[in-house]
Amino acid sequence: MIDVAVVGLGKMGLSHLSMIKAHPEANLVGVCDATGYLLDILSKYTGVATYKDLGKMLDEAAPEAIIVATPTHLHAGMIREAFRRGIHVFCEKPLVIDPAESVELAALAEEKGIVTQVGYHNRFVGAFREVQRLLELGAIGTVETALAEAYGPVVLKPAGRTWRSQRATGGGCLYDYAAHPLNLLTWYLGEPESVSGSQLTSIFSAQIDDAVAATLHYPQGTAQIIANWSDESQRKMTTKITLWGEHGRIHADRQEIQVYLRDTAEIPEGYRAGWNVRYTTDLTEAPWFYLRGEEYSAQLDAFVWRVRSRAVHGQNDFGSAAATDRVIAMISEDATRVDARLAASGHTATITPLAPRRASRFGTALRALRGGAR
Amino acid sequence: MTLITPSTRTMDRLLFGDNQFFGVNHMSEEKARAQQMRFQDTDAIMSVLDAAYDEGVHTFMCTTHDRIGEIADRVRADPDRYDQMTFFPCMPYAHKYANAVTDDGFLGAVRRFLPEEGLLDSIARGASSFARKDIEGVATLLIDAELKMFSGLATPVIWLQNVIVDLLSGLGFTDAFRIFANHVRKRYNAEPGFITMNLPRLLDDLDRAGVENPIVCSNINKLGFRMSGGVGSYLDAMQKRPFRAVAMSVFASGAISPREAIEWVTALPNLESIVFGASSRANIASTVSLVDEYWPEH
Repeated sequence: MIDVAVVGLGKMGLSHLSMIKAHPEANLVGVCDATGYLLDILSKYTGVATYKDLGKMLDEAAPEAIIVATPTHLHAGMIREAFRRGIHVFCEKPLVIDPAESVELAALAEEKGIVTQVGYHNRFVGAFREVQRLLELGAIGTVETALAEAYGPVVLKPAGRTWRSQRATGGGCLYDYAAHPLNLLTWYLGEPESVSGSQLTSIFSAQIDDAVAATLHYPQGTAQIIANWSDESQRKMTTKITLWGEHGRIHADRQEIQVYLRDTAEIPEGYRAGWNVRYTTDLTEAPWFYLRGEEYSAQLDAFVWRVRSRAVHGQNDFGSAAATDRVIAMISEDATRVDARLAASGHTATITPLAPRRASRFGTALRALRGGAR
Repeated sequence: MTLITPSTRTMDRLLFGDNQFFGVNHMSEEKARAQQMRFQDTDAIMSVLDAAYDEGVHTFMCTTHDRIGEIADRVRADPDRYDQMTFFPCMPYAHKYANAVTDDGFLGAVRRFLPEEGLLDSIARGASSFARKDIEGVATLLIDAELKMFSGLATPVIWLQNVIVDLLSGLGFTDAFRIFANHVRKRYNAEPGFITMNLPRLLDDLDRAGVENPIVCSNINKLGFRMSGGVGSYLDAMQKRPFRAVAMSVFASGAISPREAIEWVTALPNLESIVFGASSRANIASTVSLVDEYWPEH
């Protein structure tokens, strides 16, 4: 049994809270949020100990592990508070905004023997795991071309008052949406050597990107990333990956994996040359508690067991999430380079600059926590 | 132990679900999109509902999606055609709230869905309970707002949808189940139903909340697909616990053949109803005939 606390009661925080409270090996010792109203309701109806101050919760409730589900720009400070007390950390994605800080935090965790994990839940989706297993078996050989996509209905009108509508606080399609397919690509193909052709496009938002496109270059191939969170033709978020290799093609989303194997391929057990389809139903085991997808339960379960066995390295540890943060930062920088395009004769390449990240982190932080999606 | 026999049955054996109309498919995003395209006109939904009705499936278990409001209007407009039509609404329509939480925060979302105008009673109920941090007033107002589209129609069972049920169950917020059950019984003279992906756990919660012999809908299929706690614990609950079981996902999204699925599920003790979805009259008819074969109504 481990003592766990949760900080941040937005959509992700509430759902983590519900799942961890139901976990047979976890004991919930405290909940922290800036919104007193929600805390009071939780305290009144569920009896949980509530705090408005993180430091106080960490000292008084003395959890062995915390789940951080606050706006992205608040992650780093909270993680440091936990690390200072030797507390293991599960943190929502993306890890932090500055990739140098991700690396530093990963090193710090390593040095102190702290278990860390970031909420890239797609790595716990049966179909996406199967992709990784097939790649490791070399089923389609070297991946030469790849396409990673994420679409969904998040920002569908100009107004926006939460932390997600500010770049400085970790908002934007790149941080929020593209992070998922990028994380899958770093899992499948490793870190790219370079990125090019990056474009961050605003559709409805004034200060942030609503769509992302970029090319990632690897020693033996390339991957395209396209993400758009202003796409209401999708009922909910969908993440897809397509990989073309020398011996075939793999396409996967949350529900299924479709694999085409050329007859030159070394065919894995249970597969055949030509088309193969596997469904979530075959690739997923029922978790101890289901709230909104097996993967969300599975990732918390993995974290609990890693904390119990002090397994510093594991799926989605800070070191692995730092790689994704680096790619995000590369795309962000590439999108602002004025010399990066070959212009058609008689034309000048148009670069749309995004609003710069604001320096007053403290003020925005406070505002976001008060009025944000908490 | 409650034994379900034809004489104690108050729900139909087959309930018609609405996932297929709104692009919910647990197997394939492609199929889900094709269904969304096919059913974007209400006429297309209505013609499948008519087919189900004419096959003798008179209960429509549906979300409180805006488009269900259009269906309700059509049924109200033709009482002769639909004299046996019954709705089992499932609330809330979760995506509506999830998107609102992203936009406005948790409290902002609650405020957005509270009625802006209306009876003095609801204003008083909302404002004072909001201030007292008493969820009862706010919750009952939200329930009323969701059910407005069914006014004048038969809604003998009203469901609380699984993401909310399981969220509350995980949080240990069991008072909410009692509040829901009381309100639905008192104000709508309906039976409360609870949809869950965690059946054994929820039965414990409902015991604690004092909801007796509850109607509970959960995945029940031969494969154990999305049956948290395992098939064994579900079967054990069906044998020993006093509740009225409704099975969903009996075909495990198509992974089990219809005959095998129906034969297995109808042999279980204390099953009261099966909720299923289909997009064609042929599939509806085939499910009806399998149920007649394995689970005859005397």
